[in-house]
Amino acid sequence: MAVTVSIPTILRTHTGGEKAVEAKGSTVAEVIEDLESRHSGLKDRLLKDGKLHRFVNIYVDDEDVRFAGGLEAPVKETSTLTILPAVAGGMR
Amino acid sequence: MLVIRRDLLDEIVAHARRDHPDEACGVVAGPEGSDRPERFIPMLNAARSPTFYEFDSGDLFQLYKQMNANDEVPVVIYHSHTATEAYPSRTDISYASEPEAHYVLVSTRDSAETNHTGHEFRSFRIVDGVVTEEEVQVVETYMFAHTGADDVPDLG
Ligand SMILES: [Zn+2]
Repeated sequence: MAVTVSIPTILRTHTGGEKAVEAKGSTVAEVIEDLESRHSGLKDRLLKDGKLHRFVNIYVDDEDVRFAGGLEAPVKETSTLTILPAVAGGMR
Repeated sequence: MLVIRRDLLDEIVAHARRDHPDEACGVVAGPEGSDRPERFIPMLNAARSPTFYEFDSGDLFQLYKQMNANDEVPVVIYHSHTATEAYPSRTDISYASEPEAHYVLVSTRDSAETNHTGHEFRSFRIVDGVVTEEEVQVVETYMFAHTGADDVPDLG
């Protein structure tokens, strides 16, 4: 069994155009490490200084990991991990 | 070029006016590959701010879940500027992450510079941090507009 990871358009250059890929891991951090081993460059797009990049949201099933333990949030084998870029902006 | 129906443009402008002086934001979804905005989806500005906008992360998740289920993409991603021109700011550019979307900006400032749309309503592509303004064509129906491959005949 593996975790399904949903990849947003902007990161599909790292997955050969695939919208979803599989990965292993019992926490979000482990899933990201496993993804990086096969989809080089993804980790840098998700993390900055070891923390989740402020432009990126990651959900385990329908829960934003920022509210569920961050990178240590647990991931089950039946989970879907969804990566979405934040939609935001400002006047300046 | 952005080709958009008049009623959708009116909805975007009405949302911007309603939320003024806070920034308003939302999406017009359309069938994947069509480049045709069809479904107007106003979003809450979780920042509730005159100088910043952000989709609530839970709302964002539900939005993408729904669009994926419908084979839709965010054809238009819009927001308003309430005191400045309808041009992407540095922050707007740094967050822009849908290279295929039309980034629409509406200004609701007092001295808004109205263009052919009847409003200060402009559209941009933002790819790898580079902003390119594009023409906005307002149509009554997509029936007669060239909107690319789709299931509606291009009669025009
Ligand atoms: Zn802005």
